[in-house]
Amino acid sequence: MNRNRTDRLFSYLFLGAGMLSVLILLGIFLMLLINGIRTFAEINPLEFLFGSTWNPSAYEKASYGIGSMLVSTLMVTLGAMIIAVPLGIGSAAYLSEIAPARVREILKPILEMLAGIPSVVIGFLGIVLLGPAIASTFGLNNGLNALNGSILLAVMALPTIVSVAEDAIRAVPNSFKEASYALGANRWITLTRVTLPASFSGIIAAMVLGMGRAIGETMTVLMVTGNNLSMPNSYFDSIRTLTATIAIELGEVAYGTTHYFSLFAVGAVLFTISLLVNIVAEWVASKFRY
Amino acid sequence: MARPLFVIILHIILALSLITSSCSKAPKGYSLLQLKGSDTEVSLALSLAEAYMDKDSLVSIAVTGGGSGTGIAAIINGKTDIANSSRPMKEKEISLAESQGVKVFTTLFAVDALAIIVNDQNPLDGLGTSQLGEIFRGEKDNWKAFGGEDLEINLYGRQNNSGTYIFFRDNFLKADYSPEAKQMNGNAQIVAGVREDPSAIGYVGLGYVVKKNGSIVDGLKILNIAQDSLFISPLEKDNITSGAYPITRPLYQFTNGKPSGKILEFIQFELSREGQELVSREGYYPLSPEHVMINKQNGLYE
Repeated sequence: MNRNRTDRLFSYLFLGAGMLSVLILLGIFLMLLINGIRTFAEINPLEFLFGSTWNPSAYEKASYGIGSMLVSTLMVTLGAMIIAVPLGIGSAAYLSEIAPARVREILKPILEMLAGIPSVVIGFLGIVLLGPAIASTFGLNNGLNALNGSILLAVMALPTIVSVAEDAIRAVPNSFKEASYALGANRWITLTRVTLPASFSGIIAAMVLGMGRAIGETMTVLMVTGNNLSMPNSYFDSIRTLTATIAIELGEVAYGTTHYFSLFAVGAVLFTISLLVNIVAEWVASKFRY
Repeated sequence: MARPLFVIILHIILALSLITSSCSKAPKGYSLLQLKGSDTEVSLALSLAEAYMDKDSLVSIAVTGGGSGTGIAAIINGKTDIANSSRPMKEKEISLAESQGVKVFTTLFAVDALAIIVNDQNPLDGLGTSQLGEIFRGEKDNWKAFGGEDLEINLYGRQNNSGTYIFFRDNFLKADYSPEAKQMNGNAQIVAGVREDPSAIGYVGLGYVVKKNGSIVDGLKILNIAQDSLFISPLEKDNITSGAYPITRPLYQFTNGKPSGKILEFIQFELSREGQELVSREGYYPLSPEHVMINKQNGLYE
């Protein structure tokens, strides 16, 4: 009797907790939308999305085009993924399939500790260490560019990718691998043709979580990419991401102005990007689920 | 099993409420002042606040940065007692403040000089103010144009919530910055960037590049600046107090209405001989007679 009651109570409690996160998500999106939409009373939405000049506190005429910042955000995220995904999946495969138990016991906690380094600290290292290193390697005058941001974001996304991908690979039933070995496949063939494809949906999830980290990261990119407002031409150019723009300008903006609302619109754009990434990933993962 | 969990949760709630209630109790007559705003002024305001707190143990002063715009937004929204700013308030901000019931009162408390810095590998020693405009507007983008090496110029500046950013733009560019200009997150980052970059030029508060003993941060060169034809070094104190060095500006503090009570006492301490001496020791400059005049007209020093 008593036990039934507590069981029911807890099932309601957990239902409430689950609903709460849905409500919070909806609330955030609505707030961004309601505030952001007021930007478009004064600014043409197409000009906002594709205009390449962002200068709300201009000397003469303010302009609100997020085009170059949108490209910048996508650029660092793509760069970070190009570096982090092969590295991450490779390390995950090594940790779960190849590494001896002792090595794994040491390596995995170290990798996860990487996630605990505050982003300001990583940004600081980017300024004093990685920046000069990039400058001297590529013969540039300075290393405050998209490449610097990409490398640091890759470092920050790596623990997430490795940790989730490793769990996914480890969850592949032993019988799959045994069947593969029984057919005469070696370890490499088993890993690439059986184990990795079988854990594909988990690996996609790992990539998406890592990408979410990279898109949303603010402090590190704000510190190391130079925050240059022009349209980037290459990874050696300084860039300013959407997140950095909000972080830099929201503290100063006067309440209720077009500038204020436009920052919410930038937030809504960011939110939409990560939502799209998640939906696409969910779709891809469901197609390959075993 | 369920019961102990509830008991634990209850304990946590009780403990939390105890912590919060014990925090809110402060001794009687104790006042907390908040200063917020200009990054240029943080270190100076902090030293002044510390010196003042040594004299008056019943006051605690918190100083935070964020940029002049941040401080001005805070005073408009009633979130700080004093807003530090390295630029005057704009008409728009004053009327916005009035609509929120905040009547802005201005105090000038120190003078700051901006240093134009380049990497120490740069052969250049000086620039004219009109050349500075050309460089930061992006009209001339190679050091060759100024007798330097054939090297693209890299601009290092502040972000648009910075009073320094606005001051430099409105007085020396009189137009927008080049979109190629890097927007660094504070004075210290401009210094760090310019030290590493032989093609760099940047502007920072002089206090950030001259150490207490008068030596310059290594890896940097401070340019002499010419308004007309005479190159003036900001490193000679007299050049700044006499107004010969062209890139100086007063530092402002805004309050809601004419200050009173502890806020007034603190401001009077800043303006006193002792406060102004501290200003000089921190690498800034005392108020000129004209500035003192303005403060007097506003009814301070009484």
